[in-house]
Amino acid sequence: MERHVLVVFPHPDDETFSSGGTIAMHTQAGTPVTYVCGTLGEMGRNMGKPFFATRESLPQVREQELREACQVLGIRDLRLLGLRDKTVEFEDREALAERIRDIILELKPSLVITHYPGFAVHPDHNALGAATVRAVEMLPKDQRPTVHCSAFSRDAREKLGYPDVINDVSSVLDVKMAAIRAHRSQSEAMLKNLEEQLAKNPDAARRMEAERSKESYYTYRFAD
Amino acid sequence: MGPINKEAVQAALNEFENQDLYLHLETTNGAYAAHRQESQMAVCAYIRNGRIRYHRGVVSGDGPFRVGLKMDQGWVYAEGLTDYEVDSEGRLLMAGHDREGRLAVALELSRTPFRV
Repeated sequence: MERHVLVVFPHPDDETFSSGGTIAMHTQAGTPVTYVCGTLGEMGRNMGKPFFATRESLPQVREQELREACQVLGIRDLRLLGLRDKTVEFEDREALAERIRDIILELKPSLVITHYPGFAVHPDHNALGAATVRAVEMLPKDQRPTVHCSAFSRDAREKLGYPDVINDVSSVLDVKMAAIRAHRSQSEAMLKNLEEQLAKNPDAARRMEAERSKESYYTYRFAD
Repeated sequence: MGPINKEAVQAALNEFENQDLYLHLETTNGAYAAHRQESQMAVCAYIRNGRIRYHRGVVSGDGPFRVGLKMDQGWVYAEGLTDYEVDSEGRLLMAGHDREGRLAVALELSRTPFRV
């Protein structure tokens, strides 16, 4: 059992889609989970289906959705870094890493979950993942928490091999789905498509559900 | 926000003429465009709180709509606009949504800065 889990992702819903099951399993086991969320996903293009958010209302909508999802997942400590969607890679990486390092020093997590720098598709994912890895690297070797990185770029398997951590989250899939639904502006269109798929092609839909039941990570190997 | 009413948008554009304004202009096909389909590339551009002043603003087309703002030295242009609202802060928000309800283009005008 982990002592404390620190999750660092840039957008409201990253925690749910990539790690909702893993987080729920930790909180159900009594492990405190802190989510450090970089931005409010201000520039997301999903607005709900039918759309109910605007470019200007989206940040408040997504913050509210995030708070609901955290409640569903059992996250009691949510911290917003106040960065802006799509701009994380342009920030001073060292300064950002220092902010994250300070949080690590405060919470002393035994496990950090973030995106694998360079293998997480969205520039914000890669940049915040890199800052988080850097933050852990700043600590003396014997004080570093384990870092699990989520990677899903097309070249991840080829360049990183198979993930060494595969969490079966089927026992908490209902919790993960509730958190996905809480991110309504971002998930509504996807869930409607899924329902249509389910009616048309039950096999494909079942495969997608099986995929959602597995959350995989690469343990980050530090050079020294 | 609801479907563009051309007369209402034209009236709002007229009200913003000849003033110093803040502009939000963006277009995006999503950060995952290239990830989902390799033949695609992710394309996005946005300006938040650009300062502009125009002397002629026109909404055109039969839907989706186009808007052109003529400035002393240049133009602001957006195509594919489907929906609009004048919000509680008096800002003119226009956006183009695809069939999935996703935002593909936005053009917004305000007399005060947009929140960053």
